[in-house]
Amino acid sequence: MSRPLDADGLTLPGAVAGSAPATARDGLRRRWWRFARNRGAVFGLAVCVAVVLLSVLAPVISPYDPLAQGAGPALQPPSMAHWAGTDSFGRDMLSRIIYGARIALAVGLVSVLLALVIGVALGLVAGYYGGVLDIVIMRVMDGLFAFPIIILAIAMMAIMGFGVTNVIIAVGVGFIAPFARVTRADVLAVKEEPYIEAARLAGVSGRAIILRHVLPNVAAPIIVQAALRVSGAIITEAGLSFLGLGPPPPTPVWGSMIAEGRNFIVMAPHVSTIPGVALMITIVGLNLLGDGLRDTLDPRLRR
Amino acid sequence: MIRFVLSRVAQTLAVLFIASLIIFALMRMIPGDPVLMLLGDDYTEDAYQQLRARLGLDRSIVHQYVFWLRNVLQGDLGDSLLQHERVSRLVWEAFVPTLTLVVASLVVGVLIAVPSGVVAAQRKDSAWDWGSMGFAIFVYSMPAFWKGIILIWIFSVHLRWFPAMGYVPPWVDLWDGLWKLALPAITLGTFFSGLVARIIRSSLLEVLEQDYIKAARAKGVRQAALVYRHALANALIPVVTIIGLQFGALLGGAVLTETVFAIPGMGRLTVNAILNRDYSVVQGTILAGVFLVVLVNLAVDVTYAFLNPKIRVA
Amino acid sequence: MTAETILDVRDLTVDFHLDGTVLRAVDGISLSVRRGEIVGLVGESGAGKSLTSEAILRLIRCPPGRITGEVRFRGRNLLDLDEDALSRIRGREIAMIFQNPAGSLNPVFRVGAQLHEAMALHLDEPRPALRARVVDILARVGIPAPRTRARDYPHQFSGGMAQRVMVGMGMSCVPALLIADEPTTALDVTIQAQVLALIRQLARETGAAVLLVSHDLGIISQMCDRVIVMYAGRIVEQASIATVFGAPAHPYTRALVDCLPRVDGVERLGTIGGVMPGLRALPPGCRFHPRCPIAEPRCSVDVPALRALTPDHRAACHLARPGA
Repeated sequence: MSRPLDADGLTLPGAVAGSAPATARDGLRRRWWRFARNRGAVFGLAVCVAVVLLSVLAPVISPYDPLAQGAGPALQPPSMAHWAGTDSFGRDMLSRIIYGARIALAVGLVSVLLALVIGVALGLVAGYYGGVLDIVIMRVMDGLFAFPIIILAIAMMAIMGFGVTNVIIAVGVGFIAPFARVTRADVLAVKEEPYIEAARLAGVSGRAIILRHVLPNVAAPIIVQAALRVSGAIITEAGLSFLGLGPPPPTPVWGSMIAEGRNFIVMAPHVSTIPGVALMITIVGLNLLGDGLRDTLDPRLRR
Repeated sequence: MIRFVLSRVAQTLAVLFIASLIIFALMRMIPGDPVLMLLGDDYTEDAYQQLRARLGLDRSIVHQYVFWLRNVLQGDLGDSLLQHERVSRLVWEAFVPTLTLVVASLVVGVLIAVPSGVVAAQRKDSAWDWGSMGFAIFVYSMPAFWKGIILIWIFSVHLRWFPAMGYVPPWVDLWDGLWKLALPAITLGTFFSGLVARIIRSSLLEVLEQDYIKAARAKGVRQAALVYRHALANALIPVVTIIGLQFGALLGGAVLTETVFAIPGMGRLTVNAILNRDYSVVQGTILAGVFLVVLVNLAVDVTYAFLNPKIRVA
Repeated sequence: MTAETILDVRDLTVDFHLDGTVLRAVDGISLSVRRGEIVGLVGESGAGKSLTSEAILRLIRCPPGRITGEVRFRGRNLLDLDEDALSRIRGREIAMIFQNPAGSLNPVFRVGAQLHEAMALHLDEPRPALRARVVDILARVGIPAPRTRARDYPHQFSGGMAQRVMVGMGMSCVPALLIADEPTTALDVTIQAQVLALIRQLARETGAAVLLVSHDLGIISQMCDRVIVMYAGRIVEQASIATVFGAPAHPYTRALVDCLPRVDGVERLGTIGGVMPGLRALPPGCRFHPRCPIAEPRCSVDVPALRALTPDHRAACHLARPGA
């Protein structure tokens, strides 16, 4: 129970922290400051910006052609010529890692976007209209939710065959259900708000209410969900590639680079470890950014 | 309580039904004609029509589904193209090592997560808090397969403490089994601990602010009993839910982990089947995986209700 | 007439160190409670009375809190004790009940088990005896079917029943002092009277003193022998119940009394203009002066000391005169 101590809004240490609800009236500036105070989140943002820059600038900054075999002697440890060493085909690892960031990011962003569009649409419809539509949609989502993401993705890859586009679809399908659930739950809450009732009474059409009044008010948790899911998508993609179910060789993908390096773990540990470090830094960055966004945008989830 | 359990069982059946439809649909989407594949070199027009009829593929799609579902419910998942073995048998044999790994990882995860989450919550904003939460994010963000390779590199190649691969059921040879299970279980268990430690920390922080903690302190309960008995009993309830929600991720992680450590489990079976286009095996492993996830979620919900008096004694 | 003093609080101060600033929520309070006495601590919410009562048992988290001064209980300063010694006093010699009865019981343990725990912590009695006493206590505080209700969970109890359990738990080890922090604020009016009667009855039976914290002068007037009035972290007046109602010396006390509806039919329900200042904006001098109807220039400069007007009547007002 929070018990205000004085009129200045000072709350006792005995009160639940962060119980003050952030409303839409909170200025963007204030949110930014709240975000900026979170050192982890700022670090995460910096990592993400770096990864985006790397992948956009890949052709400019990568020292070698990522596919060129014999760019140096095979399985060379890191040196001045090859900062991250070379792999078993003598390809430059650093170039492959930089290009790998492109694929990781593309898969992560596009698959989550795909899941977001479909999931949010389903969630809006289910939550706003309710009834049979709601039951049918949400039961299907429940069924989809029962599939472990990586297992669903494996099955999809088995059916569709390998390739970047198919990886995006396979990973994206697994994330539809979480988006639909989050959206629906929030729509149900927002639906009861007086302003929605007012719009309905004023004769505004269902579609207009959903797009103009409901969607903006459920946007924050969806953004948070999206930020947290991108890392999951990248991990899933890496897992698929590691299993040999991702984009086919010689595409520079972090997961398959790690898998390839396994065979040389004793004599050339850098082949497996360095792409893994890149992958891990990216994931840590995304997770910290996602946590920070959650704390900033969705105080209900903050602890 | 009984009503709650019954309604959850009903929901579980509904989810299984939907999931079975999805799997059935996925299997129909496989490119290529399964009859042709089954026949292989024995193809004749007659044999083709015969097999098609025997498999029920000449009937309506609804009929096919019912036919398929009946077989599945009877435990008949068909035969493996490649290994000339009942799929149900292959799946069961692969299922046991995977489940062993998952259970071992759960144990490892909880053993790490509870103390580190409690320490972080008790000394909020201290070096302990930052350390254990930093560790949590770190291990949680490391992809299981890569973490496995790193662990092999350190503990098998360099230190030679643990074997790099292999699987012996712990009930056959306890020490050898556990020894071989150690690295895989640490790999997957630390992922889980990262998740759970954060949940324990936040839910414990919330519980410690509750009035009943203050009241318990006022009646003379000492700090250790306050945290480990009064607070943790409440703070662990959400952890149960997380186990349910994350069981799928855990199973997925197990699939990848066992590939790294050459454990003959579901992951290896599935991947090999996919690479060999052995689709009835793929279907079997996916069915088993989904079934397990759904059942665990049911068990978790019932446990949650049991642990939470507000639901148990409604 | 003067029974032994069991609680003697001297110059108690509670600070909070937050965001680099120090907020003084309780500012140099001195009070005493004699054996068997019921003392009321009254004030608006935010006056620091709950913090004072929690500071006595050191239930405030430190840091960010900091408690200074002396809390002498039967001669020992509680602020000097280690946690272990303190936990032997909490619940055993000083019991405390809180504002939120429904939230004061741990939701995952059975009510009987929580009562049992309170006694098992302090009393060296065999389990069966304690178990019998659990049922006994539940019956004494008026819980019907105590044997079955002991096996219930807190959410199956109403707020009033939960508070009765808390009172019973508080008195279970026969403490010398019961601190009741707004014990009836969360309850319906009819239930309030029952719980207060229960507190008074158990206190009388066991000879325990009670420190009753409330914002409601009406409740205080029914229950207490003496009243301590707090305003913005300081004591402004301290007197017997008759003096407070008959001849309040501090204008704030007078205003509080005027706010009470009278049973004698004379309608003079008043209000106090303005609000109590927040901790971040405390006025200099007498903290009540911005709202005081009789304030003089010196009231905004000099802090009035708590002066004895008669041996049993103290007030912190420059203008207070005995019997005024």
